[in-house]
Amino acid sequence: MAVLTVNGVKREIDIDPSTPLLWAIREQLGLTGTKFGCGISQCGACTIRLNGNAIRSCVTPVAAADGQDIQTIEGLAADDGTRHRLQTAWIKHQVPQCGYCQSGQLMSAAALLESNPDPTDDDIDTAMDGNICRCGMYGRIKAAIKTAAKAGSDRATSDATDDATNEGGVR
Amino acid sequence: MNKWTRRAFITTGAVVGGGIIVGVAIRPGNRAGKLSPHVTTDGETLVHTWVKLDSNNIVTAIVPHAEMGQGVGTALTQMLADELDADWDLVKFEEAPAISEFANYPLAKGMLLGDVDIPDFVVPTVDGVFMRAAQALNLQVTGGSLSVRTTGAYGMRVAGAAIKEMLRTAAAEAWQVPVDQVIARDSQLSHKASGRAEPYAAFAEAAGQMTPPATPKLKTQDEFKIMGRHVERHDIPSKVDGTATFALDVRVPGMLYATVRRPPVFGGGIAKVDDTKTRAIKGVVDVVQLPPAKVEAVVGGFSSAESVAVVAEGYWPAKQGIDALDIEWTDTANDGVSSGSIFEQFDRDISAAVDREADVAEGDLEAAMASAAQVIKADYHVPYLAHTCMEPLNATAEVKDGRCEVWVGCQSPLGFRRAIAAALDFDIENVTLHNLFMGGGFGRKSRADYAIQAALLAEKVGRPVQLIWTREEDVRQDFYRPAVQSRFRAALDKAGNLTAWENTYVDKHEPVDAPLIPYMVAARDIGHVSSPTHIPFGAWRSVDHSQHGFFTESFIDEVAAAAGQDPYAYRAARLLHKPRQLAVLRRAAEAADWERPLGEDQGRGISLQESFGTIVAQVVEVTVVDGQPQVDRVVAAVDPGFAVSPDGLKAQIESGIVYGLTAALYGEITIEDGAVKQSNFNDYQALRMSAAPEIETHIINSDNAMGGAGEPGTPGIAPALANAIYDATGFRIRRLPLNLIDLQYQVDETDTQA
Repeated sequence: MAVLTVNGVKREIDIDPSTPLLWAIREQLGLTGTKFGCGISQCGACTIRLNGNAIRSCVTPVAAADGQDIQTIEGLAADDGTRHRLQTAWIKHQVPQCGYCQSGQLMSAAALLESNPDPTDDDIDTAMDGNICRCGMYGRIKAAIKTAAKAGSDRATSDATDDATNEGGVR
Repeated sequence: MNKWTRRAFITTGAVVGGGIIVGVAIRPGNRAGKLSPHVTTDGETLVHTWVKLDSNNIVTAIVPHAEMGQGVGTALTQMLADELDADWDLVKFEEAPAISEFANYPLAKGMLLGDVDIPDFVVPTVDGVFMRAAQALNLQVTGGSLSVRTTGAYGMRVAGAAIKEMLRTAAAEAWQVPVDQVIARDSQLSHKASGRAEPYAAFAEAAGQMTPPATPKLKTQDEFKIMGRHVERHDIPSKVDGTATFALDVRVPGMLYATVRRPPVFGGGIAKVDDTKTRAIKGVVDVVQLPPAKVEAVVGGFSSAESVAVVAEGYWPAKQGIDALDIEWTDTANDGVSSGSIFEQFDRDISAAVDREADVAEGDLEAAMASAAQVIKADYHVPYLAHTCMEPLNATAEVKDGRCEVWVGCQSPLGFRRAIAAALDFDIENVTLHNLFMGGGFGRKSRADYAIQAALLAEKVGRPVQLIWTREEDVRQDFYRPAVQSRFRAALDKAGNLTAWENTYVDKHEPVDAPLIPYMVAARDIGHVSSPTHIPFGAWRSVDHSQHGFFTESFIDEVAAAAGQDPYAYRAARLLHKPRQLAVLRRAAEAADWERPLGEDQGRGISLQESFGTIVAQVVEVTVVDGQPQVDRVVAAVDPGFAVSPDGLKAQIESGIVYGLTAALYGEITIEDGAVKQSNFNDYQALRMSAAPEIETHIINSDNAMGGAGEPGTPGIAPALANAIYDATGFRIRRLPLNLIDLQYQVDETDTQA
């Protein structure tokens, strides 16, 4: 038995706690946006966020996530369905081709922007190097991350202007 | 009501509720040379399209092509909407279901019309439409960069133009005005003088009673409104929020999971399986041995070996279970084969030239060699390659009551359906196949082996089963891009002119033109010998072009170097008879600023390759530090005839370049003891973001026949990179991948005779 909090929803599942989180998410919880690619943390298709950090769910046992905060691609948009600025940028730059790796790419990018709202090219390379895209859309992914970062800083600036007391919005 | 045009069979009918349906079937016609590998029997037609205009003014196109990331639906829809002069927002695209021949035409009818009760008097018309269109539908294959070139050019455009002509005629009759005064625009018909205007749907029923025009007039390039315009792809929003459904995401009630293992040596078998430890694992349901399956596909065929599968309550116990099996494989005649022995065999066979077959032989080669000022020779080698689609092979199947239902992502739904029916010994109409988004295809998903395994498993277990291959199985049980050796000899006169070109390589597949060069040369002899191995052959993005592009575009660079001339200028001087190719080469060189001086560790290389009807030139800039190449920039010029979806074409070229670059830098499947040595992305690497170059794509719309997009970017990157490394270091790359080569210790192997 394990208790997983995924996208803010607490779920109790009957599973061998050594099972990789990936399979608990896909098979027990029915959230199929997170993908299987290699099983040995080499490709990043299974990337999710654990307490905000990008991790490879194919090698992270359920036991390691028990009671902690898990976010999957299904939880990236706002509760009202408004797309995350990365998702908007992904569409603007027409990033996906086959699309299979993109959940993982987006989760790695979301973790990057949260810890580093204005990443350099090198920062982006470092954060994204664990995510393979066999369709080769790296140039578009990088451009979309920059667009999203800019949208984030624009929003932060306007939030700060609108409401000087809103510390959360200021970098 | 129907008509044959020069290339297509057009048929129309009325749909109850006031709609029109048009079917377009394409026959091989004058492109048979290129298309013939895809057509297996006489009278079989290649592709076909249905287009429906309903009473809500919505146009739905149903096309037999699968989406694997190439944006095919969007590009084809653009072609239809433009010829139809439809409102872009009122045109939809759906992938055709895997249904074949007239035996199943009622299924097609059901899919298009839903559960509508068709009045008796309409039935003959509608049935006639489906009967003829469905007879034409015999094959639905996505590959060969053919979707836009065939379905688009001869299906969608013809259908759109035919419907528009019939609608205009119907409106002209209803309004009692001359047809040439009826304007079709944005899904509306109008007549200026009388001020009449009505949506297309108002005339759909009347148009459905008409005989289609034999030669609907197609637009010229300057009349295009939607073709050539940037539109957003329809499939992308679902691919940024996790809702896109790939085969791996299919969930069937009561479903079990399985994974599988085949003998590591191709053609081997299972001697003994001890499953004691596996059966003790919690969640494991069964251990099942599956018989060999004969797999036929677009190119060639291979009898894939028997396999052993572990079926469980989840993938994880199945995976643990397969690892816990104690399997003894049978000995095979190929247990001693290695990459080394294969390349030795290639070398022997090329030298022996037994039964050498010429692709092209013209001019007096030996005389040119004898009178040459300089003869240069070189041998080139490339290794086997796996496809490694992001989505590991998987399929879900349910077999009950004599019927099989399969959910899969594949490049050949009908071929898969037939193969599954044959494996189960079912009639084809008792197999239903649902094709889902593919997480990559690249040629691998034209082979039905994995879907057959899933169907056999579901039959044996008596419950729905989702079979998921491990990545290790995916790497080790692929149908591989073949390893090839290619031997060259070229003659140059005193001025450095190329006077003779000789090339012998092993094992020809397709396309036939892959080893040909565009450059002017008086004497040439290009041919191949057969040198069979036990490694299963597969079509790999751009097929034979992926090897020959590297060989020929590297060796012409050697010729230019031997002549002491600039490699761009040398090529250009030999393309005066090919203005289209020359223009592409020139555009790439100019866009890359060919003459711009580079840093000390830097080099620049160029390549030119025509494949699948599209011409691509690439200029690569590379920096080599401590023997390590970093690709800084790739400038590509592309002439696809006309780019229907410019951003989609660019994305495909970027993708093809990165796919080819992965192969050039790291791609190698090695054979040891008869089996594949590599296993996963740790030892079969893929290019990652930090190594990815900036890619600029320049499009030339030359108004020639439309070419493909998915493959033409791939062949030219390896030679352009190898030529850039030569420019930077003086080291000539004649063997891939590059990470095996120490660029700091260079030996020039060029065999030059005075």
